[in-house]
Amino acid sequence: MKKLINAPEAVLADALLGIDAAHPELTVDHANRIIYRGTPTRAGKVALISGGGSGHEPLHGGYVGLGMLDAACAGEVFTSPTPDQMQEATKVADAGAGVLHIVKNYTGDVMNFEMAAELAEAEAGTRVASIVVNDDVAVEDSTWTAGRRGVGLTVLLEKIVGAAAEEGRDLDAVVALATRVNESGRSMGMALTSCTVPSAGKPTFDLPDDMMEIGVGIHGEPGRHRVPLAPAASIAQQLVEPILADLDFTKGPVIAMLNGMGGSPLIELYLMYGEVAKLLEKAGVTVARNLVGNYITSLDMAGCSVTLLQADDELLGLWDAPVNTPGLRWGV
Amino acid sequence: MTVADVSLDRLVDWLTRFRALVTENQGYLTELDSAIGDADHGSNMARGMNAVIDKLGEPQTVDALFKTVGMTLVSSVGGASGPLYGTFFLRIGTTAGAVDSLDGATLSAGLRAGFDGVISRGKAEPGDKTMVDAMGPALDALDASLGSGSDPAAAAAAAFEAAQRGRDATEPLVARKGRASYLGERSAGHLDPGATSTAFLFQALAEALA
Repeated sequence: MKKLINAPEAVLADALLGIDAAHPELTVDHANRIIYRGTPTRAGKVALISGGGSGHEPLHGGYVGLGMLDAACAGEVFTSPTPDQMQEATKVADAGAGVLHIVKNYTGDVMNFEMAAELAEAEAGTRVASIVVNDDVAVEDSTWTAGRRGVGLTVLLEKIVGAAAEEGRDLDAVVALATRVNESGRSMGMALTSCTVPSAGKPTFDLPDDMMEIGVGIHGEPGRHRVPLAPAASIAQQLVEPILADLDFTKGPVIAMLNGMGGSPLIELYLMYGEVAKLLEKAGVTVARNLVGNYITSLDMAGCSVTLLQADDELLGLWDAPVNTPGLRWGV
Repeated sequence: MTVADVSLDRLVDWLTRFRALVTENQGYLTELDSAIGDADHGSNMARGMNAVIDKLGEPQTVDALFKTVGMTLVSSVGGASGPLYGTFFLRIGTTAGAVDSLDGATLSAGLRAGFDGVISRGKAEPGDKTMVDAMGPALDALDASLGSGSDPAAAAAAAFEAAQRGRDATEPLVARKGRASYLGERSAGHLDPGATSTAFLFQALAEALA
């Protein structure tokens, strides 16, 4: 294992020190591993809290700031944070208008956030609502699994719902919007390599040089199918087709994200976006906004994912609203 | 010689032995989790049980002991194992109450309440390829053994036997809960990491009560 680390067990603590040093506009609670905005949540604004295992940077800590999250809880690498972290973040960020927990659909994350919401409501009477993001079309037969995973759509949802909370919408309206965004977006990912979890010290799975995994999540877990490596045009097709088969994206403007898994260079991500854009045009899908880059990663995994969100004028307006976070910044 | 009562010291010994087993087998549990999960079960359980042993202090009652254990696991493990093992121990404590020892019946009632907590938190059913597949058979064996007049030591030994069989039976199963479920058919052919750590839990219990 070759990594820019001091020791495997110190990766998270050391990375939080770096985030703190790089972003004086944020406040880092090192004991509880929570990243907050530098200024308290505005009175009467719904607070947005997310969190999850680390290793997906910039998600979630990189999306704390104006127009997105109020706080993010960092778990160990690929391990959900704990209820006491979330409870603390909920208590600190609540500005009287309630708190929305944005949870990616993984068994551990869902259970820990559930416990945190129960604790926060029982101890402080805080009104907590949750949105569980589950956009990954790679998970088939979702009634026989833990359900679809939460992946790339989480980034778009945090941006759009964050803008709505910033506008001053109340908790019910914010929850309704989050639900609509979750229902209107889909993702599909692939990997050229596994990733190496620092504490494991070796790649999570072996993938021969001439093979790739289609339908991976963001934890270095093997995908649904292992198939021979193919040209980018074919890979784009294998990602876009299942998404378009799952939901109609021709009813209005679409927000598209071509996301890198952490170990693929930008030149390849742009190349892939070109292939994806061609396929979408051919399928009658109008891309109104796009993101190309590393937005929700899986440590050093090489590969990418595609996320599409069916938008409308309202969602595009919220998308275009000012945002000022380490990971997304425009309009400010 | 029979042991009718399970003292606080023996319960602490159970936890100490469980810490030793998950620490010694940290690499093995993570290897199992690499095959069908996300390669963190060993390090999570070791971190959690190390924190538990550090925080134990000198509890005077069974409920105080297990409240500390459960809350420490919930706040130090994360993932799915934290809430599941945490809930398990919290429920044992609340069911046992402020006593300083357990007998066969109260031990069984506590473990059964813990198991119910695991089911309600994780919503897994038998055969889903989870820790439930080791814990369910273990508790059935414990109760059957107690019912036939055995002491807690013999019952715990029977529970460990059944937990091992339950663990081994997860190998051919297709996962339907947790991260392994995303693999579909590809999850078959591997032991479930959670069922494996649960077998260590009952190994530790059997050794502590022997």
